[in-house]
Amino acid sequence: MASPTFLIIEDSPTMRQLIRFALNRIPGAEVVEASDGVDGLKKLSSNKVDLILTDINMPIMDGLKLVNLVRSNEAYKDVPIVIITTEGAKEDKERAMALGANAYITKPIQSTALLSTVKELLKL
Amino acid sequence: MSIKDTGDKRSKTDHLEKGEEFLDMFRKGQEFTQDLLKENERLRFQVIHLEEALKKKLQAPDGGQENNTSQDTVQKLAQYETRLRELETRLSEVEAENVDFVQRYIDVEEQNNNLANLYVASYQLHSTLDYEEVLQIILEIIINLIGGEVFAIYLLDEKANMLTPEASEGVPISDIPVVQLGEGVIGKAVQANESYFNDNPSEDLKELYADPLVCIPLTIKDDVIGTIALFRLLQQKVTFAPVDFELFTLLAGHAATAIFSSRLFTESKRKLSTYQGFLDLLSQ
Repeated sequence: MASPTFLIIEDSPTMRQLIRFALNRIPGAEVVEASDGVDGLKKLSSNKVDLILTDINMPIMDGLKLVNLVRSNEAYKDVPIVIITTEGAKEDKERAMALGANAYITKPIQSTALLSTVKELLKL
Repeated sequence: MSIKDTGDKRSKTDHLEKGEEFLDMFRKGQEFTQDLLKENERLRFQVIHLEEALKKKLQAPDGGQENNTSQDTVQKLAQYETRLRELETRLSEVEAENVDFVQRYIDVEEQNNNLANLYVASYQLHSTLDYEEVLQIILEIIINLIGGEVFAIYLLDEKANMLTPEASEGVPISDIPVVQLGEGVIGKAVQANESYFNDNPSEDLKELYADPLVCIPLTIKDDVIGTIALFRLLQQKVTFAPVDFELFTLLAGHAATAIFSSRLFTESKRKLSTYQGFLDLLSQ
């Protein structure tokens, strides 16, 4: 994969910047940002996205709903989704994975762990 | 002479000739045999001579050619073994260096992560002069970078000497009690301008309001303008990492400056708006 495109869906600008920092370490990485689930779906339809990173607790549309919608769409059913969230309970993770998320990372994040997960999913 | 006599004479001649032929053959055979015997003797002598030469060579001190080859092989083998031992030693050294490099790489990666966190926190704190936005950014830093679940930002009312919660996360702001400067853990930490870390925090939230997990006075030079009190961490955040203490130090200074600047800016904007309105009124 030459230049992967990442979609970050996160309502916190601080968190978006931190994730962007980490992803920019991947050569050629392009980053698209959205501040909520609805904005995320718009950006998904207008960009060729290789991987989605999303929070759960967001205004307008939360991350789990977003995951469900993405997976229901034939066009995006194979796009890897990484959840990045403060919700650390086992049930929360199970729910997210059952909906179709590929990875579940709890905050506060370690950039190294995030990069490692992303690279594994995209086979970089 | 009769026919019979001629026949007899012829027969005798034949016999003689045959006899002579036989003798010739016999003489030739004898000569051939003698030649063979001579050749046999010559060869036998040669064999004896060669055997003696071989014996002498094998018994010689510098060995025969076979001995030389064996000793060369032994020497080469010894050289290869020495070289193998050198290579094994070098391999061990390289492996040890490798382990060292891996550890250093891990350390550098961790430093990298920490610096990224600190940079982002600092950048965000100074990215706006809007007071409400600054408070929100401080909340985000504590949630996303440190892992706080329940916490509050207090600001100091210098006239009343009271610390009043201005923003909170995890609980409604109305649940958080006001603190008198110099009283209780929070009040004393702010008065002394010293950060407080609780080694044995309670499980009960109400008790934590009085004795928090962490209390970080917000300071501009030596002037304390407020404090951050952290009551509970996220479930998955078991303990503080070294970078968390760096973030506390950063918040103590930069968050204070950001709050102060944004309050000044907001107030001056409000005053400007008031003066402008007044001037508009006068000019009518």
